[in-house]
Amino acid sequence: MTVESFFQVFASGLLMGLLYALIAVGLSLIFGLMDVVNFAHGEFLMAAMYATFGLWALTAIDPALLIPAATALLFGFGALVYMGVVRFAMRARTNAAMVQIFATFGLGILMQGVAQYFFTPDYRSITDSWFGNSTVDVAGVFLPVPQLFGAVISVLAFVALYLLMSRTDFGKALEATREDQGAVALVGIDRDRVFALGWGLGAALVGLAGGVLAIFYYIHPQVGGAFALIAYVVVALGGFGSVFGALAAGIIVGLVEAFAAVLMPPSMKAIAVYSLYLAVVFIRPSGLFGRL
Amino acid sequence: MSDATATLAVTAAPTPSSKDDGARRRQVLILVAVCAVIALLLFAVTDVYLQNVLILTLMYAALSQSWNILGGYCGQISLGHALYFGVGAYTTSYLFAGYGILPWFGLVLGGVLSALLALVLGYFCFRLKGHYFAIATLVIAEIGLLLVHNSDTLGGALGIQWPFAADGWATMQFARNKLPYIYLALALFVVTWVATYVIEGSRWGFWWRAIKDDSQAAESLGVEVFRSKMAAAGVSAFFTAVGGAFYAAFVAYIDPDSVMSFRFSLLFCLPAVLGGIGTLWGPAVGALILIPVTELTRSYLGGSGSGLDLIIYGGLIMIVALARPEGVLSLFGGAGKGSAR
Repeated sequence: MTVESFFQVFASGLLMGLLYALIAVGLSLIFGLMDVVNFAHGEFLMAAMYATFGLWALTAIDPALLIPAATALLFGFGALVYMGVVRFAMRARTNAAMVQIFATFGLGILMQGVAQYFFTPDYRSITDSWFGNSTVDVAGVFLPVPQLFGAVISVLAFVALYLLMSRTDFGKALEATREDQGAVALVGIDRDRVFALGWGLGAALVGLAGGVLAIFYYIHPQVGGAFALIAYVVVALGGFGSVFGALAAGIIVGLVEAFAAVLMPPSMKAIAVYSLYLAVVFIRPSGLFGRL
Repeated sequence: MSDATATLAVTAAPTPSSKDDGARRRQVLILVAVCAVIALLLFAVTDVYLQNVLILTLMYAALSQSWNILGGYCGQISLGHALYFGVGAYTTSYLFAGYGILPWFGLVLGGVLSALLALVLGYFCFRLKGHYFAIATLVIAEIGLLLVHNSDTLGGALGIQWPFAADGWATMQFARNKLPYIYLALALFVVTWVATYVIEGSRWGFWWRAIKDDSQAAESLGVEVFRSKMAAAGVSAFFTAVGGAFYAAFVAYIDPDSVMSFRFSLLFCLPAVLGGIGTLWGPAVGALILIPVTELTRSYLGGSGSGLDLIIYGGLIMIVALARPEGVLSLFGGAGKGSAR
């Protein structure tokens, strides 16, 4: 492998990794807040992609400008899912983990059905956008513009998330609720409201990722599956509940995937990512940065 | 609460009380009654499509019962049992198509290989807890699927076509008449049910339930947690692979996605979850609801590609999970309740 090709592979892995981190961080955030794994996470991503696609098809506005709308829609949807589904799943006295898994699984399948009902199973794609299929040349390394745009959005989102968690009252309420759910009620924090906003925030982050992904990826009802598995791997690798862990693990997964695709038969790149994840959790059962 | 259960596990394990004996004998009578009803159904159901639904319902009842041994009784939620199903299906198909070895041998060998594989994987996975465990099983099954996809020996993405064989019990091939498959599926169900029944009353059964309720309390009271989980994984994987071997013989053509995709892992947990997890009859009740509904909606609505079948399927899972966390079986109080906790 030459030096140029090394940097080329490194750069594309890094860009994809930042996007994986953005896809996964909402899942990790929700888990950290309330110990619930959303098994419809991939379908949240799919919904954001269709939201962007649908708005683009209706208004012909450039998809890059529609990303805030997709993010806002997913925020509302996430809060709604908490109020309508997850809140009830958390009340289960028996088989609590099972109820959460299958309530959100069922929701995911239902969402696939709804997407298929309105958009048919056909593969869709956004055919024209500012970022289209262009690439830029940075010191001999070619970077695809949509991925570069996504990576910038991801970095900005992580900075904003860090500021939100550390500097605002909402962030403090989130942190306090994840520390001790009983005690926060005593100081006047409405637990349900914090959870609903937490779900909104988690969904908004995957909405942001879906908006970016819609620009350069095919959109179909089952698109969430492959990304969801990567998101679970990223979250488990980084440590459930750890925002920084999601960022680091996302980048690791992106890099491993990119290098594996070059060094091994292409079909083996997913196996490389999964094997790395297994090796890490078998040595450190709560992931690289997990608190458990 | 959990301490009390764990104490019960240790003290009550060797000698179940006589009251339990009565409740357990009633379970056997229910099994005999169920088999009698199915035997009568054989005369009523002559339509090939309905016979198919019956076969699949019995098969998923058996497979979900196998999953229930690890997921329900021992509380280790596996989302990767399609791997063991695939091992059974592929072992049987490979030996029959490649070497003409009768599927009965493949069925047993596949079960043993699968149990060994479960022990190896369990050695690593059982150090993971909760969601970490569930996601690891999901990922391992996905690796298995990708490996089979890339294996030329196992036919890669094309899979394995069973060679034509004359109808007969030796080869498990019945092209003209579905009836023998109903017998086989029923036998599969009865065998997994009896295995679960025996284990439930044994020391292992008590240990597993103690681990499910509170593994730390169980451990402190002398339950061998790790060995118990390994035993549950081995038994569960064995029967799942036997189910896979049956399915391969039934469809006579397998490819990676048609036996090892995540869809199957889900189909093994769902009946148990719907019917009542960790109960003797939960998987059967769940399969009786889920499989006909999904088969019927798929044939009447799925062909249109409108997505309505997925909406009904997903909605059903969600509603039952939310409305009856203990499963549908808990609506009927008596039957199977004694074995529930």
